[in-house]
Parts: sequence; structure tokens; C-alpha cells
Amino acid sequence: MSARIGVVLFPGSNCEADVVEAYAVLGVEAEILWHADPTTKGCDGVVIPGGFAHGDALRPGAIARFSPVMDAVAEHARGGGAVLGICNGFQVLAEAGLLPGALQKNQGLKFMCAPAVLRVESTDSALSGGLELGAELSIPVNHFEGNYTCSPETLAELRDQDLVVLRYVDNPNGSIDDIAGIRSPAGNVVGLMPHPERAVHELLGSVDGLPLLRAFAAAAGAPLPA
Amino acid sequence: MGAMRFDVHVEVRLRPGIADPQGATVERALPALGFAGVSGVRVGKSIRFTLEAADEATARGEVDDMCRRFLTNPVIEDAVVELLEVAPA
Repeated sequence: MSARIGVVLFPGSNCEADVVEAYAVLGVEAEILWHADPTTKGCDGVVIPGGFAHGDALRPGAIARFSPVMDAVAEHARGGGAVLGICNGFQVLAEAGLLPGALQKNQGLKFMCAPAVLRVESTDSALSGGLELGAELSIPVNHFEGNYTCSPETLAELRDQDLVVLRYVDNPNGSIDDIAGIRSPAGNVVGLMPHPERAVHELLGSVDGLPLLRAFAAAAGAPLPA
Repeated sequence: MGAMRFDVHVEVRLRPGIADPQGATVERALPALGFAGVSGVRVGKSIRFTLEAADEATARGEVDDMCRRFLTNPVIEDAVVELLEVAPA
């Protein structure tokens, strides 16, 4: 089943075209969803891309979570629909309460822009279905506020329920428990700081983003149970 | 909206125990400038606005609600709120 992917565009998003292009490489139809339209237009999967939605005013994601499209995204997620937040998109999902925890400034206050090696820690998610557990992927990170943090109770839940999807092999930003990406308990909502859409061609230095984005399109076309 | 008017100051702070990379960097920089003996530096945000409300309790309730839903991220931040009544506009 071929899925149609919607990519949300907020004022200040800057990776939406990369996501659409990455899906073009995979032969998957993807279209832009404007943040002010309160609909996901029937898309099977929704990607919230990287950038600086609403200028990151107040905090990354703090304003974006109130954009009209977000009610539709939450509704899509509640129905078991696939939702992926990449970088700033992960920050938006955390602010919206669709994923637990928060992203704070990187340890050492360094803006990170470099390839990172990620280890697949759970294959029970919309982003990692069909991947090999323990596989290592080279995916670039590009963020200042990517240092994942959460309460000790949330961290215990993430570990006990196998909700950590990806961990850094060499933690670049101080994230608690080396967390690079997490999923909702049902697995349909996933957020990660690294950019799989920037690792889709040998010219970009890695093609390791392709299996992740392919898995997401597959999950969107055949939704996981809510 | 209401009969009273308040100058509001919300100080947004990182919760105790949340690492503060900015605070740590400032703290490391101070000795280089000759300020010895400084510890426990924490960097926060200061938000000021004017609010009209029927009374102080209503105003405080509204500001607390703003802090919880918007001005802070309760996962990592909390807020200290100061209200000062001022003359009506």
C-alpha cells in the first residue's frame, strides 16, 4: 500500500523541502501541509520537519504547538496515524505533549552540525519497523537544543516499555541515557533529533536515512494499532 | 479584563537538578575576569507584562495558568511570579 506523506510547514521551518525530496528518492508521494490549515488533508503519515518554527520564540516548539494544524496532527496520532518529528519537529512534539520529556541546550553550549552514529534500540516503532536491532546508522545532527531530558519516572518508563528508538553511540549533546529518538507507547509517534532526510544519497555522505524514512512510509500506509 | 491593573513579572527558571549549560559557562568565565568565589550560577528568563483583572486573586490565577500552559515548559522549568498593582489605564 502506497502511503501519502504530509510535511508540515511552519513559518521558520527549513527542512520541509529536504523531506519531500527524500521521499521523492524513495518514490513516495509527499506534500506540504501549511501550519495555519487545521487539517492533515488525509495524509497517511505526517512529518514535522526541522528548522525554527515561529522563530523558536520563547522556546523551540512553544508557539508551534498552538498552530491550527497541530490539533489535526494530534487527532491523527490519537487514531494511530504515523507522526514523525525531526529535530525542531521533535521539539514541537515534546512541547505538544505527544511525546514525553524536553529538549534543552546542548551540554557545553555547542551548536552541533556533524554526522552521528545511532544505534537502533527498538524496531517496534513507525520509524524503525523492519530494521535490525542494534544496527548502527550514520545520520547527521544539526541542533543547539537537542539535549534530551526528562524526569526519572519518565526515563524509567522509556526504558521499561522499550520506548527508546535510537541511541547515540557517542553522545554529542549530553542527552540523558544517550537518547537520540523516542516513540509513543503505541509506536506510531516518533521523534528524533538527527536528520534522516539528510542521509539519502551517497553525495550527502550517507544513505542510512533511507531505511528509516522507508519504514515510516510503510507504517503510515499500514498504520500500527492505536 | 477588569477593574484592576497589575505589572506582572514572571521569572522562568530551570528546575533544580536540571543541568544549566549557560549557567555553567558563565560560572567558568567569571574567575577569568577576576571574580572569585562565585558558585551556583543559573541563567533564566524574565518576562514582564501588564494585566487587567477583577482582583489580585484572579490575576494571579491567570498568570499561573499562563505559566503552566505556555510561559514555562514544566518538564524543565518553573516560574516565580510577582504582581504589583498599578493605577488603571
